Amino acid sequence: MTTLDVLFGAVALITAASAVLAVTTQHLVHAALWLVVTLGTLAGCYLVLGAELVALVQLLVYVGAVVVLVLFALMLTRAPIGRSPEHSSSAAQQIASAVVGAGTTALLAAVLLPALGSKALPTRAGDTQGIATQLFSSWVWPFELLSLLLLVALIAAFAVSRMPTTPQERTAATLDERTPVTSDAGTRS
Amino acid sequence: MIHLWLPLTLVSVLAGAGTYGVIARRNAVLVLIGVELILNAANLLFVTMGSVQGDTLRTGQVLTLFLITIAAAEVGVALAVVLALFRSRGHIDLSEPGA
Repeated sequence: MTTLDVLFGAVALITAASAVLAVTTQHLVHAALWLVVTLGTLAGCYLVLGAELVALVQLLVYVGAVVVLVLFALMLTRAPIGRSPEHSSSAAQQIASAVVGAGTTALLAAVLLPALGSKALPTRAGDTQGIATQLFSSWVWPFELLSLLLLVALIAAFAVSRMPTTPQERTAATLDERTPVTSDAGTRS
Repeated sequence: MIHLWLPLTLVSVLAGAGTYGVIARRNAVLVLIGVELILNAANLLFVTMGSVQGDTLRTGQVLTLFLITIAAAEVGVALAVVLALFRSRGHIDLSEPGA
């Protein structure tokens, strides 16, 4: 056991525990707050692994933006503040999903650990300059494509949130489309 | 030196917890939290393997940055869908049949 082993183990314990809490807690808002802890300590894991840039981006984008979005969605859908056992699924479904989750863990561990578990990672300083050089030379086209993806996602989110959902809104929208074609006198007043 | 079984075990635990969250939760936003956990497990695997291989393209860390961006876009659209669902149905309980 090296110092970094102990450090990573401590941070990983917090990450794993808060991840389990985030998917099992009965408080809806607490789930989002445990997600903050998980993502924040995961940034710590990246730091220990020597990836400072990824750790900072994780803090900025995930903890800063994604969790705020999740909290906003919880508030806008009128999530109850206290314990809400009526939102938890049946015991049979919980046991089945626990079996599937444990199976996923066991399967991944059984594949990854025998293949790579005995190796040790050489520690080295995070190479931010090298990443930047590669990002804007070899990876520049995927990088530009990502900006397009963000634009598409922005427009899609806007379109979806403006989409008519209730029957009244739907009829109003179709009437609105037909109005200029059928008659343009008096209906727009 | 970091022994690789530590990050790899964390990857497995995160993916398992995320899978549990996706299946067991009934609230649509909480299902999204499970999806985020699975994506983060993939991110951690990328970073770990990128540090092991040490290739000149820095594939592990660059792909992690890309995946974080894609996850942010995904969560934006998904939450817009959840809000549209809430406006049309009045609740976001995934276990109840739609109107």
